[in-house]
Amino acid sequence: MTRAVFSTGPVGGSAPVQHIDMSTSLGPLGLPSPVLTASGCAAAGRELDAFFDITQIGAIVTKSVMLQPRSGRATPRMAETPSGMLNSIGLQGPGIDSFIEHDLAWLADRGARTIVSIAGGSVDEYGKLASKLRTAPGVDGIEVNISCPNVDNRNQVFACDPATAANVIQAVRRNTDPRTPIMAKLSPDVTDIVAIAESVVRAGATGVSVINTLLGMVINTDTMRPHLAGVTGGLSGPAIRPVAVRCVWQIRQAFPDLPILGMGGVRTGEDALEFILAGANAVSVGTVVFNDPSSPMRVHNELEQALITRGFATLSDAISYAHRGPDPVPVPAPESDDNDFIAE
Amino acid sequence: MPIQVKGEVLDVRRSGAYHVLSITAPGITELTRPGHFVTVGIGGEESALLLRRAFAIHQVQSRGVYGGTLDIVVGVHGNGTQWLADRRRHDTLDLVGPLGRPFILPKERVNCVLIGGGYGTAPLFMLAEQLRERGCRVDTIVGAATEEKLFGRLELKRLSSTLTITTDDGSLGVQGRVTDILPDLMQKSDAAVVYACGPMPMLAAVADIATEYRAYSQCAVEEAMACGVGVCMTCVLPIIGEDGITRMLRSCTEGPVFRGDRVRWSEIGTIPPDTVGAPVERGH
Repeated sequence: MTRAVFSTGPVGGSAPVQHIDMSTSLGPLGLPSPVLTASGCAAAGRELDAFFDITQIGAIVTKSVMLQPRSGRATPRMAETPSGMLNSIGLQGPGIDSFIEHDLAWLADRGARTIVSIAGGSVDEYGKLASKLRTAPGVDGIEVNISCPNVDNRNQVFACDPATAANVIQAVRRNTDPRTPIMAKLSPDVTDIVAIAESVVRAGATGVSVINTLLGMVINTDTMRPHLAGVTGGLSGPAIRPVAVRCVWQIRQAFPDLPILGMGGVRTGEDALEFILAGANAVSVGTVVFNDPSSPMRVHNELEQALITRGFATLSDAISYAHRGPDPVPVPAPESDDNDFIAE
Repeated sequence: MPIQVKGEVLDVRRSGAYHVLSITAPGITELTRPGHFVTVGIGGEESALLLRRAFAIHQVQSRGVYGGTLDIVVGVHGNGTQWLADRRRHDTLDLVGPLGRPFILPKERVNCVLIGGGYGTAPLFMLAEQLRERGCRVDTIVGAATEEKLFGRLELKRLSSTLTITTDDGSLGVQGRVTDILPDLMQKSDAAVVYACGPMPMLAAVADIATEYRAYSQCAVEEAMACGVGVCMTCVLPIIGEDGITRMLRSCTEGPVFRGDRVRWSEIGTIPPDTVGAPVERGH
């Protein structure tokens, strides 16, 4: 398969471009495309607008913003791993006020659909972030990052405990316009992700974003010390895709109608299709943006062609398709007079 | 604005310890200024090496049979750079560029000192040419561990009024570091601007000497990057702003060229406590 970097049509060939209805939704939020960026992999959209028209994809999911400006962790913050990478950024960002004034305003002006990711150190902080966003123009949805592994205290990974996860979501829900969807971003580093999903849904989450990075570590064999200044980091990229697809599958099995934003190592249209078939209503392209800054638009186009090739008339028809019942058993052919063939 | 293009490898040649790749880069070369860099995808579309490698743009040719072409200098450090060194004519590379903030050129005819460590000399060729076009005197110092790790000294000699070579082992030129002879050159040349590209410790020492001689310094840093386009936040350094406040800034978009006196060199790899948003010690 060849990739045409700036192509908006199908890959290769000169056949006329076929299109199907690619629209989807995350609860009340309708999206013309099922491909979004992933939080922490697209900043606030501006840099990627040089590589593709950010208004053409489903939405920009912005880097998690906190109440106050934050420097993040010391460097080195990154290590390359097989088909992936480890990061330990530590939520560097300008703080919510600057974010609203500069980044969100730019996105609104640009006409991009925007899902704002928020992260807090306490339940109270999440509530405050939500109330600041309530009056800000240009917020199409909120993703609640309760699963960033790069925090000082493991107790701050709220998504590891059903009760604390629920507390955070309740605080956000209370301070958010009821029409604004809230996606809870979950960690795969739990024994039972379905139990966490259930807890956040009961607390008022519109849907779930799965998955955040997995907690990982690399030792530098030259220095013979941890490679990252933060010691541990979050593992992302195609290496984690099977884990992510499994999480989407399990949550879809338990919740037939829950909006699910799937992510974890999406590199191609076929990767995105895996998530859609497993039950995701939409997918985010994350770490692969570092490899190919045009990838969200490319993945959209490749996914559309992959759906057409498989005979789908709309994207919606493919959502959760891997959960369908057994294929009908083919009717046996009428018995032939020529039994020699069967005897063999 | 950077663009992403498929480039074709026209030539791969050895130069001492390095490989120089000439690649077609239509659309990138026209916009390139000295100090800009490109990133290159490694291993093709199915590669398990996800992270692009960043290279200072060494030379550009905007015209000719192939349209725009650019040269990068590759030092083999690991799998990714080895893969690049193994490319052959007609291979395709995924390029993004031009990236970063380039060197700032003086408006007046002033004396300039250029300093390159190892393959850090790569972006200095275009710079030297453009400085000379503006009537600036260019004195250059290049240094490396060994003679083999010096890059492009003959060409740089042609572009400079004087060229001084240092090697750690004394295999060529003066034995020692570039910073051993920089003070002497600063005195002689009365340089207004010092341009440097090379390893961080060298840049730190150059910046200090430049400040001491009341010269303005422009240092192109080499920091590990994941994306190169400003979205991943891995390549940050503690930089003092015009307002005197330190922030963690991205080498890819706010750099790679920084004013030497703005970088808190000795605190790279830390978050200085007075940085905007630095962690606060909280008692429980």
